[in-house]
Amino acid sequence: MWVEVVEPGLATTVQDLGRSGTYNVGIPPSGALDQASAKLANLLVGNPVDAAVLEAPYMGPKLTFSGPTTVAVTGGTAQVLLNGEEVPSWESVRVDDGDVLSFGFITAGARLYIAVAGGFNVPTVLGSRSTYALGGLGGFEGRKLEAGDRLPLGEGAGFVSRTVPADARPAWSREVELRIVLGLYDYRLTQDAVEALLSSDWSLTPVADRTGFRYAGPKLGFKERVQPFGAGSDPSNIVDAGYPIGSIQVPSGSEPIILHRDAVSGGGYAMVGTVISIDMGLVAQSAPGTVTRLSEVSLDDALAARRDARSRFAELADALS
Amino acid sequence: MTETRTGSRYSWGADEHLVVQIAEEMTLAANFTVMAISTALAEQQLDGILDICPANASLLIRFDPDLLEPAKLESAVRTIEADVAQQDRPSVHTRLFEIPVWYDDPYTHAVGEKFRDRHQRPEGSDLEYAMAELGLSSVPEFIERHSRSPWLVSMVGFVAGLPFMFQMVEQDRQIELPKYLRPRTETPKLTVGHGGCFACIYSVKGAGGYQMFGLTPLPIFDPQQQHEAFRESMVLFRPGDIVKFRPVDEAEYRALEAAADRGEDVYRCVPVDFELNEFLADPDGYNARLLGALDVG
Repeated sequence: MWVEVVEPGLATTVQDLGRSGTYNVGIPPSGALDQASAKLANLLVGNPVDAAVLEAPYMGPKLTFSGPTTVAVTGGTAQVLLNGEEVPSWESVRVDDGDVLSFGFITAGARLYIAVAGGFNVPTVLGSRSTYALGGLGGFEGRKLEAGDRLPLGEGAGFVSRTVPADARPAWSREVELRIVLGLYDYRLTQDAVEALLSSDWSLTPVADRTGFRYAGPKLGFKERVQPFGAGSDPSNIVDAGYPIGSIQVPSGSEPIILHRDAVSGGGYAMVGTVISIDMGLVAQSAPGTVTRLSEVSLDDALAARRDARSRFAELADALS
Repeated sequence: MTETRTGSRYSWGADEHLVVQIAEEMTLAANFTVMAISTALAEQQLDGILDICPANASLLIRFDPDLLEPAKLESAVRTIEADVAQQDRPSVHTRLFEIPVWYDDPYTHAVGEKFRDRHQRPEGSDLEYAMAELGLSSVPEFIERHSRSPWLVSMVGFVAGLPFMFQMVEQDRQIELPKYLRPRTETPKLTVGHGGCFACIYSVKGAGGYQMFGLTPLPIFDPQQQHEAFRESMVLFRPGDIVKFRPVDEAEYRALEAAADRGEDVYRCVPVDFELNEFLADPDGYNARLLGALDVG
């Protein structure tokens, strides 16, 4: 069984939940940017949550199938078409040999997740099937999909009708609030800048991909100082350090960048805080122009939010199994 | 965010990261502390640690708080940090690489010309800029300074397999240069670059802001792991490696590039022990003895 790519979309890649153990040599975790949507897509087709799915930003691909199987589409909101007829997302859908799956424009959110029963059976590289295109590794030949690619599928379970209940589906908005834990090098910002960071409307620019998301808004001032040896001359520079996934850097005080799962692993810009892990899916589903507020939470708040999200997901997973 | 007696700073990168800043400024001693803590933490094999990333003067730990409570992780790292501070003879068993460099090559030169509007000095090359900034009188003099003393790989990252290197000389002899005013969108693969006090080798082609001095013919990142040197890992360098640059001309560059392509053994690498305090007592004398290993190796 395989899925053939008829049209690839803009930057469709194979992703699972990502890798660990390689960030120390500059190979990032990768994996689905909106992990909850990827997991739900898998559960809908009877896969383990960590099976490989397709992630398609802004525009879905057009796919055909070499035999009968089950698909599910989650994530951003778009019309899903099977042989030109609309089928539901957030549900398992039966497909037959030769069927064509295609998509309308994404009208809310920014990334579609497409799971097929059995998962995309590309080789495991460094413990994951996730694509890291910058390093040319993982996924399908280390790159985004192209027309004519044939993606092998694993052995899938038979069709079972499953639906994510309406109240458990995310409602994507053009106004987003992200919870952040301040820290890291935030002591380099002026007090005014910290206040501006937490009170401004940040508008997502078109520079938004798997590496990071860049936001427009007011300039943020860094405290003047005699720069430490090796840090570089700009007050936003530090001696090059490791970058957490979700960390917020402000190069030269303008246009903060939130790094995502294909992050550069380190560099010389001061990070002033980090988006909590369960809000990284909201970052992933932000389209350019999304107005974003950053609100400060403590580490304990972040851990509590994580526990809540886990228990809600566990209930949902039980209902879908 | 808390500061300890030693001046280190522990801070959470939300719920999945701990950053330990050993020092604000770059020193070999700070980097040694970072490497020692990273190594000791890795040896403990704590369940829930996903990545341990030593950086120049700081350390990033990525973890799963469902498996490892943040407070437990912090306490484990603090204990290790205190142990490391007790070591009176910090040393590392590591590898010494000789890396050939074709300085002043036409490829990085052409890319430099293309992005001159993003550079501090619109006329001339990055090498000429570096020469002038350091008050040297010729490009060969700069190349001699860049290639005579070895460099310690103080961090690997930014992109896959890219080494940051800190020259093993006293601070007043460090080469310190600004990055481009605005980053280039293009840097040839295997460019030897420099920004701040760090040298680097670009492992993949792409964006970059470091000054460009030359090219090495030897691959340092091989995701297909075709060459024998990459059998164990896709990346050549590890933090703690020591690198000695050797200037080569175009003919030797091309010969080495072709030999590497054919899968021949083109990497000169010997095991060495590096003793921090002995080095600090007499950097030049220590380096001379250290580099002697390449002659017998």
